[in-house]
Amino acid sequence: MASAEAQTGTEYIRHHLTNLTYGQHPDGTWGIAQTAEEAGAMGFWSVHVDSMAWSIGLGLVFLGLFRRAARHATAGVPGGLQNFVEIIVEFIDETVESIFSHKNDLIAPLALTIFVWVFLMNLMDLVPVDWVPELAKLFGVHYMKIVPSTDPNITMAMALSVFVLILYYSVKCKGLGGFLAELSFHPFPWKPLAPVNFMLEFVTLVAKPLSLGLRLFGNLYAGEMIFVLIALMFSAGFVFALAGGVFQFVWAAFHLIVITLQAFVFAVLTVVYLAQAHETEEH
Amino acid sequence: MNIGLTLFGQSLVFLIFVAFCMKYVWPFLKSAMAERRQSIAEGLAAAEEAERKLGEAKSGAEEELVKARAEAAQIIEQARQRSNQMIEDAKGEARAEGERLIEAARSEIDQEINRARESLRRQVAALALQGAEKVLEERIDQSRHDRMLERLAAEL
Repeated sequence: MASAEAQTGTEYIRHHLTNLTYGQHPDGTWGIAQTAEEAGAMGFWSVHVDSMAWSIGLGLVFLGLFRRAARHATAGVPGGLQNFVEIIVEFIDETVESIFSHKNDLIAPLALTIFVWVFLMNLMDLVPVDWVPELAKLFGVHYMKIVPSTDPNITMAMALSVFVLILYYSVKCKGLGGFLAELSFHPFPWKPLAPVNFMLEFVTLVAKPLSLGLRLFGNLYAGEMIFVLIALMFSAGFVFALAGGVFQFVWAAFHLIVITLQAFVFAVLTVVYLAQAHETEEH
Repeated sequence: MNIGLTLFGQSLVFLIFVAFCMKYVWPFLKSAMAERRQSIAEGLAAAEEAERKLGEAKSGAEEELVKARAEAAQIIEQARQRSNQMIEDAKGEARAEGERLIEAARSEIDQEINRARESLRRQVAALALQGAEKVLEERIDQSRHDRMLERLAAEL
């Protein structure tokens, strides 16, 4: 809004899509990147400070809230916080139970963490796009992306962690041979076709974390982009600003469903993939 | 939008958060919920049991009441019979007593009559003796005349 007057639209959008990056400058010194180009040049050995800070912060909000409820959890009459937390726990527990029939104490807490944490990260998308960045600018911080789930690093990190768990439990439950056999003798149970099978199944396997991470990233990135475009309208005259206000409200209302759904989808697919990893019988 | 170290940072954080949730959050909430479910189930069962017992007690009380009522009726009936009996007895006794009294009075009257008759006879005898003495103006052999007088008295 305010900053857009001094920038072109492209610059405004680009500014909103750049992370606060800490890494090595081309001259060998370490520091915060001052421009999008500098950030891009830092390559792999850089950290998105804003994504990390917001995701950790939101994770702590989640754990703090739930830990508080857990510590005061009583079998008697539950208070407001406990009620709220228990609704979510019950919901996740029922969902997990309906999908995952094996015995594993990790799955339900994993699903709960993913659901609530991703939901909180997605929720940041509903904060008007300029509020926090403009505030950060007052403190001399030039880039601030507050929605961690619009950063592929964040979503792919979670998806890859889930992938590691998939591999771990596949090998643990089926044995390395069993796991490889499963990859090699599906969908065509004929030995000479094993390489073909393996290629097909391998792609399927790798597609799991990719689709998991990119789905969340894509949805949220697109949502964020539309919020940024709507925000751009506010500086384009009274009529456009008015229309922008309406759009923003409508899109936010719609997005409220999207962010909840995406958090849920991520959690449920994780459970489904892990259930498949535990599946030992031939099918 | 580069893929970078953020990927590893976030992975690490993610695993730590999941571990924390698994160790310090989930079990407490689950156990509290399970415990509450258990206690609610127990409470409901207890309520049902109490209701059943109440029903039993009610029907028992009803039975007792019916029994007590029958007993009371029986007692009242007995008392009535007994009072009737007593009244009958008293009546009989009174009648007997009255008869006895009448009998006694009658015998007394009879005795009185006899006594009066006896004295009258004696007086008549004396009077007759006196009259005869006066008429005859002679000594009369007491013993001879006594026999005669007794015969006379027996005729009276």
